[in-house]
Amino acid sequence: MNEPEHISRCRYQVEETKDGGLTLHLKGQISASNAAHMIKILENALTPQAGGSVVVDLSEVAHLDDYGVLVLSEIKLRALKEKADFRLQNISDKINKTLSMYDFDTLGKVDRLPGSPKRFSLFTRLGEATIRQASEVKYMVSFLGSVCFALLHVCLHPRSLRRDDMYTCMQKTGVDALPIVGLISFLMGLIMAFMSSVQLQQFGANIYVASLVSLAMTRELGPIMTAIIVAGRSGSAFAAEIGTMKISEEVDALFTMGFDPTRFLVTPKIIASVIVVPLLTIFSDLFAIMGGLIVGVFTLDLTANAYITQTLKTLDLFDVMLGFFKSAVFALLISWIGCLRGFRVRGGAASVGEATTSAVVSGIFLIVFFNSIFSVILRYWE
Amino acid sequence: MQRERVIEVKDLVARYEEETIFDRISFEVYAGEIFVVLGGSGCGKSTLLKHLIGLIPPFSGKIRVAGTDISRHQEGQLDDLLTQIGVLYQSGALLGSMTLAENVALPICEYTSLTKDSIQKLVKMKLTLMNLGDYADYLPSQISGGMKKRAGLARAMALNPQILFFDEPSAGLDPVTAAELDNLIIHLNETFGTTMVIVTHELESIFTVAHRVIMLDKNTKGIIAEGDPRYLRDHSQNRFVKQFFNRLAGGVENLPVQEA
Repeated sequence: MNEPEHISRCRYQVEETKDGGLTLHLKGQISASNAAHMIKILENALTPQAGGSVVVDLSEVAHLDDYGVLVLSEIKLRALKEKADFRLQNISDKINKTLSMYDFDTLGKVDRLPGSPKRFSLFTRLGEATIRQASEVKYMVSFLGSVCFALLHVCLHPRSLRRDDMYTCMQKTGVDALPIVGLISFLMGLIMAFMSSVQLQQFGANIYVASLVSLAMTRELGPIMTAIIVAGRSGSAFAAEIGTMKISEEVDALFTMGFDPTRFLVTPKIIASVIVVPLLTIFSDLFAIMGGLIVGVFTLDLTANAYITQTLKTLDLFDVMLGFFKSAVFALLISWIGCLRGFRVRGGAASVGEATTSAVVSGIFLIVFFNSIFSVILRYWE
Repeated sequence: MQRERVIEVKDLVARYEEETIFDRISFEVYAGEIFVVLGGSGCGKSTLLKHLIGLIPPFSGKIRVAGTDISRHQEGQLDDLLTQIGVLYQSGALLGSMTLAENVALPICEYTSLTKDSIQKLVKMKLTLMNLGDYADYLPSQISGGMKKRAGLARAMALNPQILFFDEPSAGLDPVTAAELDNLIIHLNETFGTTMVIVTHELESIFTVAHRVIMLDKNTKGIIAEGDPRYLRDHSQNRFVKQFFNRLAGGVENLPVQEA
């Protein structure tokens, strides 16, 4: 029978002795490639009897590494389990040294893999999670305070703002987002007009598509969609940038040079976002209206003039201003949470990844949450 | 002759969550000396450094740096002190989005009212001192590890502070660069009289530059030796101190403390 090459590197022979014991003769080399196989074979081949003995003869084993030691220890455990004696014989000096290096004599059963965490009860884990959450909330409140003070400082000392950083941020958060915001808004306007026209056509009320698109976008969807895109693009970027700076000690360096990391890193980002996101929102409103216009003109027999007139008739300055104001608030929230997650990074790359994800998810949550608050307020105001 | 004490630490206790890193340590650093904090891995030397530069508030105890008590401080009160100290972090901690020149200029712009031209000249001088004169417009990602450290040192020295702190300056450097950095440290200390506090465990550097050392120990959570490193190497009775300075293997981690 042809054995595969790597198995044939080690051969074994089991010999039964007169007093009910077993002697296992090993020959050759046990290594990473055949250790698992050897353990399986030997487990079946060796059937030690209680009270008997298992002797492993290593006279023909020239070289033993830790995989070999592993195999021997599995045999030893098997023997001890069956209450048989275990002994090694004909060990060369080199093998003896190897065995003592791995502390073979005291190798026992491993009751838990090193590194695997102890399993705590559900109650304990719940408690720990609550404590962790509480300290997160505490940090959030403290960071909110720092940010408020930093913004106040900039209002009182406008020259202290890092303008170049702010301009760079405005470009990345605003200008670079124009294509994607434009595209998504255009498509949204298109789809809204298309979907609503199916119903409105039945009543010959095609013209109201213009009203629908413009109102929905300026009051609700424009601010929300733009803010979500910005959260994904820029909220994550802030978290990643600050998080990476944290792990490379750049934030510490800023502190020891006498700079306040919040004033230095966060203020330019927040101000840039609050300036740029409302402008993006207006841009998004325009593109959506254009999308609706395309549908209106090409599938609903509206003239461009009629569509635009109806849009202007429906829209109030209040609607546009509302959208503007909402997006400013969203910008504040996105940049705040993005920077916060960045500062919370501790450790390495995985932590930065978590912070980035969390910045986006939390940002979206805050956007939707605050939008609901605005809706409730408006309900009772108008 | 009474030498001026620039750093005084008294009964400092540092804890991280439930674990005590070191327990009531006290020492002083005198003006103009090169003072090294050393010890085995995990003994808390980086933690001690972070306490001295104000990054971590102590659990208890007092720390005075350049006359200011930093153990109980409010945010913003440390600004004056921070202009008197410079820190070289292990990887340089240069701001990645700025060139070397912009990095070195940062503290100068913030704390002096020099014109942009003057600052540029000053920055060029400082980078040239570190042999980085030609790299002023490079970004940190474009230079080697040794160069990042030298640039970090140039920045730490931007305002010619009275005290410089070094966190493992020789880590990751080849022997030649490490020796050059050691010479630079000695040169700066002799020329400007800057007090230097270095956290390291590189023996060669310690014997070359240190005037005085303290050795922290993980097991006793305190200082187990203090003094001239060459003297400690040859005359210390403490087993761990002898092992450390003579670079002897010993499986220290597993052995219980037998002598103090």
